[in-house]
Amino acid sequence: MTVSRDNSLAVYQGIKDAGIRFITALPETWLVYLLQLAEDDPDMTLIEVAKEEEAIGIAAGAHFAGQPNLLLMQNHGFLAAINGIVSLAMLYRVPLCMLIAHRGHMGEPYPWHTQGGIVTEPVLRALNIPFDYARDHQTVARQIKEAYTYSLSSLSPVALMLSRDLMED
Amino acid sequence: MKRAKCIEAIYPELQDKLVVTIMGACAQELYDLGHCENFFYLQHAMGLASSIGLGLALNLPQEKVVVLDGDGSVLMNLGTLTTIARYNPPNLVHIIFDNGSLLSTGGFASHTTSGITDLAAIARGAGVQNVAAVSTPMDFIAAAADAFENDGYSVIVAKVEATGPDHFGMDLKLPENAFRFERYIKERKQMRTKLHN
Ligand SMILES: Cc1ncc(C[n+]2csc(CCOP(=O)(O)OP(=O)(O)O)c2C)c(N)n1
Repeated sequence: MTVSRDNSLAVYQGIKDAGIRFITALPETWLVYLLQLAEDDPDMTLIEVAKEEEAIGIAAGAHFAGQPNLLLMQNHGFLAAINGIVSLAMLYRVPLCMLIAHRGHMGEPYPWHTQGGIVTEPVLRALNIPFDYARDHQTVARQIKEAYTYSLSSLSPVALMLSRDLMED
Repeated sequence: MKRAKCIEAIYPELQDKLVVTIMGACAQELYDLGHCENFFYLQHAMGLASSIGLGLALNLPQEKVVVLDGDGSVLMNLGTLTTIARYNPPNLVHIIFDNGSLLSTGGFASHTTSGITDLAAIARGAGVQNVAAVSTPMDFIAAAADAFENDGYSVIVAKVEATGPDHFGMDLKLPENAFRFERYIKERKQMRTKLHN
């Protein structure tokens, strides 16, 4: 498995084109190039957290401050952040745009990712979080913009799942 | 030392700052002094008040941000101290009222009650440069004044009694608080730009 450099660039370009200048993230293999791009970009602020739930608080603070922002994490991080999503973002109607590396699904060779991979979509559905899968480097930029726009208009968390097709070569 | 008295002592100083409080007793004590548009009460998500403060402080370098936290809440998100220490926002004052208790949920003892766990030491170990541990009103007021005056992320661990208000309730719906807080910040930004031009 190799992470796709070109498609990571397409995702990053989509983030920039959506007007995002502030990213809160917790690293994960599929996000390696994306995080590097953010780190090397003088126009981007990248905050790496110790646990993904923190990122929900930081994103809320950035939102109150009027800063266009999004979150980058893997699906297990999403699972670790749920109380923040429910008891801060949903309760107070704070928009959240989450780009989530969807590990542990079809084609996953690593056993440790699989349970998280299996439950992610049902959990998103249970939480009523609108989500979409990004599979194609040609459409991902538009999907990021749409996810971000929708989070702001719906005042809700929105998830865009970065799939294996997109993130691996 | 009582937390309500501490909050009352710094209340005038909070008027020109952005304030984020934890839930329950702490939020109520601030609210009872008089709600201001620059106050945000995080009424449920334990641990995230400090993270909200970090998101605010990083994006609003011209504002001073004050987080009123609790021992139980900090224990639920100890990683936050390491994250904030790493990014070290100069405009964030993090006051942790350590009452050794999960007061707002029935007063169960928290891990700090035993005296074994020392939150100030944890903050120092996390890499926070400015840490004060106080247990008298005089020391609290001095530490707060110092933190408000100077640049640098500061943590004040204030040992307080495990007492709170005898009533709960606010005439403020939770999303309303969020919407108004956001609007207040926006208007302040606009005012600053106007003054600048
Ligand atoms: C995830 C989660 N677990 C449990 C609770 C129940 N709860 C409400 S307030 C509280 C205690 C908060 O303690 P602390 O931050 O020390 O503030 P205090 O109430 O002592 O002022 C707890 C455990 C909660 N709100 N969220």
